[in-house]
Amino acid sequence: MISAAGIAAQLTELALAVVLAPLLTGWVNQCRAWLQNRSAPGLLQPYRMLAKLFQKEVALAHNASPMFRTAPYLVFGCLCVAAAIVPTLGTDLPLNAVADAIALVGLLALARMFIALAGMDVGTAFGSLGARREMLVGFLAEPALLMVLFTASLISHSTSLATIVETLAHRELVIYPSMAFAGIAFTMVSLAENARIPVDNPSTHLELTMIHEAMVLEYSGRHLAMIEWAASLKLFVYSCMGLALFFPWGVAEGGDWLGIVLALPGLFVKLAIGGAGLSLIETVSAKLRIFRAPEFLGTAFLLAVLAMLVHVLLEG
Amino acid sequence: MSMATLMHYAPQVINLLAALLLLLAFAMLAQRRIQLLINLFAAQGLVLAASAALVGLVSGQHHLFVSAGITLVLKVVVLPLILHWLIRRLNVKWDVETLFNIPTTMLIGIVLVILAFNVAQPISLLAGTVARSTLGIALAAILLAFLMMITRSKAVPQVIGFLAMENGLFFAATSATYGIPMVVEFGVALDVLVGALILGIFIFQIRERFDSLDTRHLEKLKEQ
Amino acid sequence: MLASPLHDVLACALGWLAIGLVGVFQPRNFWLVTRVLFPLGAIIGLAIAATALAAIFSPPSSLVLPLGLPDLPFHARVDALSCFFLLLLGSVSAGVSVFAAGYFRRGEGTPPGLQCLYYHVFLSSMALVLVADDAYFFMVVWETMALSSFFLVTSDHGSAEIRRAGFLYLLIAHLGAIAILLCFGALQSGTGNYTFETMRAVQPTPLWATAAFLLALVGFGAKAGIVPLHVWLPEAHPAAPSPVSALMSAVMLKTAIYGLLRVTFDLIGWPLWWWGVVALVIGLVSALFGIVFAAVQTDMKRLLAYSSIENIGLVMAGFGLTILFKAFSMGALAALALTATLYHCLNHAFFKSLLFLATGSVLHATRERSLGKLGGLIHRMPWVAWTALVGTIAIAGLPPLNGFVSEWLLLQAFLFTPGLPHSYLNMLVPVAAAMIALTAALSGYVMVKFYGVVFLGQPREAKLAEAHDAGIRERIGLLWLAAGCVVLGLAPVAAIGLIDPIARAFTGHGLALGGAAGWLMLAPISAERAAYSPLAVLLMIALLVTIAWLSVRLFYHGRMRRTAAWGCGFPHLDARMQDTAEGFGQPVSVVFEPFFRVDQAVPSPFDAKPRYRQSLDDRLWHWLYLPVVRAVDKATALVTVLQRGRISVYLMYSFATLLVLLLFVR
Repeated sequence: MISAAGIAAQLTELALAVVLAPLLTGWVNQCRAWLQNRSAPGLLQPYRMLAKLFQKEVALAHNASPMFRTAPYLVFGCLCVAAAIVPTLGTDLPLNAVADAIALVGLLALARMFIALAGMDVGTAFGSLGARREMLVGFLAEPALLMVLFTASLISHSTSLATIVETLAHRELVIYPSMAFAGIAFTMVSLAENARIPVDNPSTHLELTMIHEAMVLEYSGRHLAMIEWAASLKLFVYSCMGLALFFPWGVAEGGDWLGIVLALPGLFVKLAIGGAGLSLIETVSAKLRIFRAPEFLGTAFLLAVLAMLVHVLLEG
Repeated sequence: MSMATLMHYAPQVINLLAALLLLLAFAMLAQRRIQLLINLFAAQGLVLAASAALVGLVSGQHHLFVSAGITLVLKVVVLPLILHWLIRRLNVKWDVETLFNIPTTMLIGIVLVILAFNVAQPISLLAGTVARSTLGIALAAILLAFLMMITRSKAVPQVIGFLAMENGLFFAATSATYGIPMVVEFGVALDVLVGALILGIFIFQIRERFDSLDTRHLEKLKEQ
Repeated sequence: MLASPLHDVLACALGWLAIGLVGVFQPRNFWLVTRVLFPLGAIIGLAIAATALAAIFSPPSSLVLPLGLPDLPFHARVDALSCFFLLLLGSVSAGVSVFAAGYFRRGEGTPPGLQCLYYHVFLSSMALVLVADDAYFFMVVWETMALSSFFLVTSDHGSAEIRRAGFLYLLIAHLGAIAILLCFGALQSGTGNYTFETMRAVQPTPLWATAAFLLALVGFGAKAGIVPLHVWLPEAHPAAPSPVSALMSAVMLKTAIYGLLRVTFDLIGWPLWWWGVVALVIGLVSALFGIVFAAVQTDMKRLLAYSSIENIGLVMAGFGLTILFKAFSMGALAALALTATLYHCLNHAFFKSLLFLATGSVLHATRERSLGKLGGLIHRMPWVAWTALVGTIAIAGLPPLNGFVSEWLLLQAFLFTPGLPHSYLNMLVPVAAAMIALTAALSGYVMVKFYGVVFLGQPREAKLAEAHDAGIRERIGLLWLAAGCVVLGLAPVAAIGLIDPIARAFTGHGLALGGAAGWLMLAPISAERAAYSPLAVLLMIALLVTIAWLSVRLFYHGRMRRTAAWGCGFPHLDARMQDTAEGFGQPVSVVFEPFFRVDQAVPSPFDAKPRYRQSLDDRLWHWLYLPVVRAVDKATALVTVLQRGRISVYLMYSFATLLVLLLFVR
């Protein structure tokens, strides 16, 4: 049953995700700047940017509909719930009975749909172009992500993320070859989904190559702040998902207070390493032409399918 | 690490190495750049050597260490060096064109994997070795390498495909019967080396003749 | 209320027929038809739904009707399966009828009274299909259904294109009917007795059972629109008036699924495992094919028609999985797959009819069906736009609405599959699950295209500024169906409770639904393995959105300035620079190029008036149908030798025939 520690862990997790997400983005940007021999922006730069954006006046296009104004909040809300589902500190989370791995993918897809619709709302060339490209990335990345999660589900006989983490972290150590395939597929998917370099460039200002940035071109002020925050949250959710699937050690089992407290520094270290790894990948790879992106993601999707096959063949 | 833990984890590690072999086979199928293709081939050799050594360690078949050594020298060092030298000489660093697009090729690859596993299943049930469950993967690696040879039109990737096919054969031998007799093994190793050299010369000849490495030019040679 | 649920259903069907007949006698009385008859039809729909809801848990009841030929009376019967589909028919048709009351306008095509007749005969025949209990009655009402819907499709018969679509529909419907008739022939197993009662009782040999199953698959598949028998669907739906498209897509396709389930699990009883593989593969191919073609359509109703092919494909995949599990005696999993199948039928009925009705409103307001000439309608038609958004999210399979629940159940069924006693099958399953996931994700793409191009952005034509929102009756219809999507999405446990009797009857198992959290949480196997609680998800999102919004409001100013859209420095942005429907479909047409027969003309760079043209055709049409058409043409060319145009020659043919007959038949 749901314990007090579980509820506390749940709330801590949610709060941590919301508060720390921009920090992770700042860390990735800093690492990237170091690797590229630039002087790095401060670790807290994303917070400063959010504060500035919240202060600014919103410039809304004449024909923006209510959809355009509600979408940033909806996207933010969906990603918050997604962040709350992924077990990062403890596995005894009340929300685990509410939504499983498939629902997590569904929530991410819902957020994507809202932001794409908002991108098309004003009716500029770039908005609709960005929305189309985002959905293009989405329709290949989403099934790939689902297949990665299914591989883990097949191993643990459950789609509940808490059970998956418990199986992978706390039972006897078993090597799962299928997770090697799943890991590569997951890395490719998360690069694409978080608008990272082989597919998109988060710091580009050349409209023709943009995906995410083109879609949100029309946003300003507090709306843009919500969108940016949501983007940070998305990176955070994907990082935590990766940690939960591939490096689940250190997550407290059940409602163990001490374990949850101990899991916290572990999470920081894992996220720091993960962020550095991400910036390394971004530095060493070149951006693909947009027409190559389906090929990249198609490969990820098929690798994820292979992961399931390998599980059935080698581990079944 | 005690012997018991080793014996406990060895089959799992062998499975992991087999999966890596398969992964590398797919990576080669999906790779457009020749240089990376050669590196992937070298990595496959490394995985192969590691798995042969591990199987040797676990089963006590010490001649497998020699096989692993030969593999390491030949496939991780010598052949990749030759191939790198070859593409430098031929100046072919550009992207490899594939006949189908890459996801389609991989889709065919997945079908081949399913086929290979089902074909190999009765045999692997008969084999009594530690690594018998990986026979399907070995067969899949052979078929994938074959597929790679089919889908590439340039000569160098086709040579790499041929060599990768031999990797699969070697892996099949270790997983099904703890390797092939030493003499045969030396022979095969020599064959591969000689084959690679002959193919190298062949490639030079193609370029001399057609000023390109596209084997599609060979279509002109048929009788009208 | 009458004696039994069966009587009630038959009375309702008669009521629909009566409404239709009143319409015939007052064909031009517009007020009567729209203000009285259609709303009455909706009430009868509600009555059928209520009857079915009450009867779904009661044991089957049957009846011999005093109708039909001498010694060949009609048999009728309701059981849980009939009740479920009657519930679907009644609840969806109630919404569609209310909408139709506001939809049909003066002076369009067929007179309103006749329209009313066809419409209600169509409804009535669908209800009777669901209660028919012998092959004879079934075929009679099945054909009535096909004919009445044919007349509805061709209600705007002035245009040659629509007549052609109607003909194609009729042709394929009849091919299917022949297959169904043969299927019943195979099922009676030489007893000569065509009641379903006998078919249930006798056990056909595996050979005859297989023949019956395959014939049923062809016959009902033609009606459901599975690939490759789908060609009529994207032609007939755009041709028909929107409420009719909604009914055909939402309910008529489901009667085909009903027929398949009836034949496979009730009349045959014990399916063979490889039938499941056939159905699964056909389903997956249809699903992917449908959604890929939907992505490149430029006509909004064609887009929805192809999306119906996709959804029927998903239903077929679930059906195939059910057969597999049942054949291998894995009862609990068969129950899960069957639940997913039926749930998806119900969901598709609601969201697809909602979207078809929304396109109807758009069509009326703008007289445009082409996506390339719409846009920005959320400002002019907020009611239609916001209800359509519900349908869009539902059909895209996103939480917390209903489309997600059935896809979730279907994926769960796939996840628990390993352990089938056949190694190829075990490997088929990950591939199949991947295809379902890909289809679901693509449907998100398609629906963003649909909604974004029609309702968002700037109007692409000047006349769209005069578009008006839907009338009050149309709004009620839309709201009813949208509410259905929301309820089915948020209370899945209640809906699954309705499917439970069917699952128990066909598989011997139900889903484990009770549990600690009861109605709130959906956990088909156990909470550790998988759980989903849509209401809690919705509440969490709502809570967090509210907190975010309130805190932004509280801590920061809400200043806002309306300005022109940012054109990246280019001052002459106009509506034509938005992505078109073709543009939105382009990535899909590139990624899935082998699906299409591409015909395009790209202008040269030096063209003074460049024109770009591209058409994406169905390869199957060229591979399968045109050869048949050509063969028929050739055969008829041979026969035309006989045609001479002189009466004496024709008389001579008759005379010769007579002589031959006299000589040989003595």
